[in-house]
Amino acid sequence: MPRDPEAMQAGTLSRRAVLRGGAAVLGGLFIGIELPAGRARADEPQAAGAALSAFVHVPAQGRVSLIMPAVEMGQGVYTSQAMCMAEELDVGLDQIEAIHAPPDREHYGHPIFYVQATGGSTTTMAWTEPLRRAGATARAMLVAAAAAEWSVPTSELVTARGVITHPGSGRAQRYGDVADRAARMPTPADVPLKSPEQFRLIGTRARRIDTPDKVVGKAVYGIDVRLPGMTFAALTASPVLGGKVEHVDEAPALAMPGVRQVVVLDDIVAVVADNTWIAEQALRALDIAWSPGANAALDQAQLWADTETAATGPGVTVRKEGDATGKLAAGALVEAAYELPFLAHTSLETQNCTLHVHDGACEIWVGTQVPGYAQAGAAQVLGIPPEKVTVHNHLIGGGFGGRLEAGPIVTATRIAQKVAGPVKVIWSREQDIRQDMFRPLYHNRLKARIENDRITAWHHRVTGPSILARWLPPAFKDGIDSDAIDGAAEPPYALGDMLVEYVRHENGVPFSFWRGVGPNSTVFSVESFLDLIARKSGADPVALRRGLLQKNPRARAVLDAAAAKAGWGTPLAASAFGARRGRGVALMHAFGSLLACVAEVAVTDGGDVRVTKVVVAADIGRIINPDTVVAQVEGGVVFGIATVLHNRITFAGGRVEQTNFNDYRLLRINEMPTIEVELMASTEKSGGIGEPGTVIVQPAVANAVFAATGVQLTRMPLDASLIARSV
Amino acid sequence: MTAISVNRKTYEINATEDTPLLWVLRDELGLTGTKFGCGIAQCGVCTVHVDGMAVRSCQMPVGTVGERAITTIEGVGETSAGARVQKAWLDLEVVQCGYCQPGQIMSAAALLAANPDPDDEAIDAAMAGNLCRCGTYVRIRQGIKHAARS
Ligand code: FES
Ligand code: FES
Repeated sequence: MPRDPEAMQAGTLSRRAVLRGGAAVLGGLFIGIELPAGRARADEPQAAGAALSAFVHVPAQGRVSLIMPAVEMGQGVYTSQAMCMAEELDVGLDQIEAIHAPPDREHYGHPIFYVQATGGSTTTMAWTEPLRRAGATARAMLVAAAAAEWSVPTSELVTARGVITHPGSGRAQRYGDVADRAARMPTPADVPLKSPEQFRLIGTRARRIDTPDKVVGKAVYGIDVRLPGMTFAALTASPVLGGKVEHVDEAPALAMPGVRQVVVLDDIVAVVADNTWIAEQALRALDIAWSPGANAALDQAQLWADTETAATGPGVTVRKEGDATGKLAAGALVEAAYELPFLAHTSLETQNCTLHVHDGACEIWVGTQVPGYAQAGAAQVLGIPPEKVTVHNHLIGGGFGGRLEAGPIVTATRIAQKVAGPVKVIWSREQDIRQDMFRPLYHNRLKARIENDRITAWHHRVTGPSILARWLPPAFKDGIDSDAIDGAAEPPYALGDMLVEYVRHENGVPFSFWRGVGPNSTVFSVESFLDLIARKSGADPVALRRGLLQKNPRARAVLDAAAAKAGWGTPLAASAFGARRGRGVALMHAFGSLLACVAEVAVTDGGDVRVTKVVVAADIGRIINPDTVVAQVEGGVVFGIATVLHNRITFAGGRVEQTNFNDYRLLRINEMPTIEVELMASTEKSGGIGEPGTVIVQPAVANAVFAATGVQLTRMPLDASLIARSV
Repeated sequence: MTAISVNRKTYEINATEDTPLLWVLRDELGLTGTKFGCGIAQCGVCTVHVDGMAVRSCQMPVGTVGERAITTIEGVGETSAGARVQKAWLDLEVVQCGYCQPGQIMSAAALLAANPDPDDEAIDAAMAGNLCRCGTYVRIRQGIKHAARS
């Protein structure tokens, strides 16, 4: 994901950000924050304003509202964002109410992306400072109002759990009592933030605020929305990617009881009915003639071959130091290519969107990582101004990048446009996979020169599409997709003369961000390649990496911690699953975080792989909520193991070959390794943690399989037939 | 018209007998705690109890329920095992996005009701039909053991 280097420089954002405060229509004290104007602007129409254009609302009565710019999809940001505000405001997490921000780029636009989005493991990096400042400013104004009333200096007042106390006189009042007066005070600039020693919430294992409703079935995800008079729609796209509807006889569906309507668009057929089941059955009763269009011959072998061919074509230089090309031409070369497949997001909540289009306006109920794009997309379909589109954002039943696109919302809008009354459009699992925008194919070619057991030149060429060129055009600069090369351009190691190149190659298959983003391909390739070099030069994989980290003590400490915790070098116990055993290591620096992983595998004679143990050490800078960090690493590891062992989307005759969880396998509890996570104490800037677990476990597992079998697999996922013992 | 008992309440329902219980619960009765994930008995997010047994409601035509008692995530807290599992899930912060968790909790509660002290093998057998895309399995296993001890 893109990083605005200017905004990422420590402190720049918070210094330039201007706080706004004041009374608002609802009464009480509001604190918002204006972000610097110099951010990259995506080509997005201005989003509508909103009544609650602020982060903190202290009402005269009742709980303090914290308005969350980033959406909760399981990663724990509801709690971590609330912790940042509550820390500085001096309220308890039990005294607040968390609210999803409405689409409003001016106030909730991402400090790094500018557009309003949650993704790329950036929430903590982007929002910690602004939210802390909002909380601190609100507190300062409340304290100032109380001090004025009591005619005492503000320095004599103390705050805790939403109460201001003057210990000298014993006087006390609640924040709500002074909120209206505080709102009329001038907004102070540069309110000091707490120093880490003063934290009582940040860094603690705070209970999550979104989970109590989730364990009793009360949490409302987009798919759970219910409206009076609502109908239910099922939809299908062409089995061949991009195919169009040629002909459909609506009669068989319309003859079924409970069916209201068949909606035929140029690329979609939908049935609207009294419930989801009837809609789905009626859809199946239709005999739809599709014209397959240009993709009828799209085939996986060809897609791989085209990418490989593109990888030999002209590329853009991302980084050049010394004369890598010259040195590599001189020989003593190790060379390999690593290929990563298309992948589906498969959140357990399938895509869905509920809409009511009426009287030149549109209401949308959905869980989305991009409420602004959703609003703009629907407005464009309907030909109405964005402010006529209201987006009610909801909890998301798993994002992983699949809710970073407005495509499904646009499709649902095109259907709802033809339906009277509110309609909930639900994708079946089969359609969710078929219509997904996939993690793209990536190809990584690496070359290194080895002299006297040292790497003296390094060439990494990344070939893949540019997601940023479409998703955030201003971030696609000089022909370089900063996401695609993230992890390749600045590996943690000293690798001699460097040449890193990017080849943009697009093949007509829709693609989008996917948990782990660019580093999923680059880190996998770098770490696999280092193990190949280690094998060729007879070096131990951990020792080889340590030798490349002499100038990077922070990374080396993480590697050492993982190796020690995993008992690197000690013999592996026998496994009942398979006789061949191996350990693999990997290290990464991306998303502002450093992680090292050691994975252990057992491999059967038939080539089936079971991951038996995973150890991760992580230095992610200052931690807001350590328990959430561990949970994100655990979950990311599970996600990554399914990826490296099982997952791929393939095309045959233009059709996605996978349909549901029977042929797109997720990891199950009986396939689980033990997972141990060590968090390193760190006072560095906070990094992201939503993606790294997924990134780091994949090369560690592949390297463990290499160690166990002596075969390095270079096209993912691992293919059992290539590591069966008989071959 | 069929009548079914859900969380000890009787509902008259309009849906045809072949409609899966899942869609009756969600679309007709508004009990949306029970989720849809695959429709083909692969993911377990639709798990409910039928006379205390964990059942995939996407596979059960409502016409076959008969007199049997349905319990969903909205009602399982009334049972001892259900309440203990829900509490353990919060104590250990098992939940991430939470979408699979109603199904996980229903499977875990049925397991504990039948086997008060399950070992890892019993947990694998009872829980392998419940997918979690967020990958909360480490804590699901711990949570079941925690609930068993409570
Ligand atoms: S929806 Fe029933 S098992 Fe997946
Ligand atoms: S918690 Fe998200 S799918 Fe299980």
